[in-house]
Amino acid sequence: MSARALILAGIGADADRTWRLQDYVARGGYDTLRKIVAEKTPPEAIIAELKTSGLRGRGGAGFPTGLKWSFMPRAFPGDKYLVCNSDEGEPGTFKDRDILRYNPHAVIEGMLIGAWVMGCTRGYNYIHGEIFQVYLRFEEALEEARAAGLLGQNILGSDFSFELFAHHGYGAYVCGEETALLESLEGKKGQPRFKPPFPASYGLYGKPTTINNTETFASVPFVLKMGGEAFLGLGKPNNGGAKIFSISGHVNRPGNYELNLGTPFPELLEMAGGVRDGRKLKAVIPGGSSAPVLPADIIMDCTLDFDAIAKAGSMLGSGAVIVMDETACMVRALERLSYFYHEESCGQCTPCREGTGWLYRVVRRIEEGLGRSGDLDLLCSIAENISGRTICALGDAAAGPVRSFIKHFIDEFIYHIEYKKCLVPLAVQDLGSQINVNVSPT
Amino acid sequence: MLSQESLRQINKEIAKYPPGRKQSAIMSALRIAQTEKGWLPKEVIEFVADYLDMPPMAAYEVATFYNMYDLEPVGRHKLTVCTNLPCALSGGVHVAEYLKRRLGIGFNETTPDGKFTLKEGECMGACGDAPVLLHNNHRMCGFMSMDKIDRLLSELENQ
Repeated sequence: MSARALILAGIGADADRTWRLQDYVARGGYDTLRKIVAEKTPPEAIIAELKTSGLRGRGGAGFPTGLKWSFMPRAFPGDKYLVCNSDEGEPGTFKDRDILRYNPHAVIEGMLIGAWVMGCTRGYNYIHGEIFQVYLRFEEALEEARAAGLLGQNILGSDFSFELFAHHGYGAYVCGEETALLESLEGKKGQPRFKPPFPASYGLYGKPTTINNTETFASVPFVLKMGGEAFLGLGKPNNGGAKIFSISGHVNRPGNYELNLGTPFPELLEMAGGVRDGRKLKAVIPGGSSAPVLPADIIMDCTLDFDAIAKAGSMLGSGAVIVMDETACMVRALERLSYFYHEESCGQCTPCREGTGWLYRVVRRIEEGLGRSGDLDLLCSIAENISGRTICALGDAAAGPVRSFIKHFIDEFIYHIEYKKCLVPLAVQDLGSQINVNVSPT
Repeated sequence: MLSQESLRQINKEIAKYPPGRKQSAIMSALRIAQTEKGWLPKEVIEFVADYLDMPPMAAYEVATFYNMYDLEPVGRHKLTVCTNLPCALSGGVHVAEYLKRRLGIGFNETTPDGKFTLKEGECMGACGDAPVLLHNNHRMCGFMSMDKIDRLLSELENQ
């Protein structure tokens, strides 16, 4: 099976030269939009098709796209906004970057169709701060679309108008949370809002707004072109279509692989060249750093789709697959992730602001060989007290890895605490280790 | 305070937002100002705030919230190394250690000649190219081996 099934199909070695409007059109791009505008396809028909397709949000939460689009009050007078979330900063995730640099017009076409369906007049694509070169390319793609009459007033000579702009972030993981992203778009600190009200009723500048992930928008033209049934058929029931999996860590060929949902995990691992240097697989985080880690024996039996991964006790999330082989110290891995959530907590809710720092400090002392006997219970209790007690999901995201790492790899944690040493020989670790720095060997 | 070119770029950003929503351009405006000045002194933040008709404190909040803004002077070349898990699994920590040795500085330090500043970064969304580092916020460098670091440093050394 091809590892570039849909959005990345036809994009090969010269990917940096085939992103322009003419290339996208040659691949059949903007056909769907032209058809919709020419035939004046009713929004309800498009929503029905999306619902049939089983397309679920590709940003991490997996919410059904057709349902989300149906929440927008189309008849609401005045401005309505459409926002693309390209603030891709979940450790392990790097698919939206490739979509934006290799097929930016698919995102633009998907947003245009969204605007048509939901009656939006203006849209923004919020692009992750660290990928400035990709932001510049997307700006160029927007210029091409405007020059071709695909964006702006009276699109393709019709009475449909939609303005679309790129907004560049500048380094804040929390802005991937949709209401933090809206605050950021308004020129404020990116601190999440209370929900409800949801963005569909009170979004950007207080107006009805729909926010979808980059890959979700890019999927829409393909769904409508092949038809909802056919798209659903690529995957499995309730898990329609193909999805891009970003695989990183201890594999021979890290990168993006676009596969039908329901593909067995071992197939992805094989496409990525297998575990680095023929080593033994130890653990996999299947959906970005916020997804619970799964040990090798569980993940090797999983298929890659929302329901199967959830059943195994984790989540498909953004499709970011982080692979760790037998040389990875799980305590050190958790320490690095805990530091990340502590660093990126926006500081708004006390359980997250204080709890993420607390989690990090306790995991760090275990890693440094200074762990105490009650530390694992303490970690679980902190995690428990963060979960569900914050405005956004960042707190839960910080608690999830702590619980799952301890659950599946408790031996390593206990060994660190009892023997002040790592079970994994330090010489083979590439994560860096602190245990030999601070503690003399026993 | 800012060059005509910077103001032209800021005006272009302002035009992206609806009338009366100039504040939405603050992130870009601060980025443009920082690119010109090298970092963001308080006076520059205040100037940008004034230019966008927003309270200086609101602009300062933004400048302190997002971690790519530099509120203190940095070297001519700021290198931000990702050490988050996917990069670390591919040697990101070793990249950082190597840079520290080559430059003789730690994280958040600048070489005495003012040429290089080293920072530790969080996920840049490019884990497939791990280990990655960012040069002056805007240029992503991937698959960083010792060899590539050497080449990058000698390229920047001569700039």
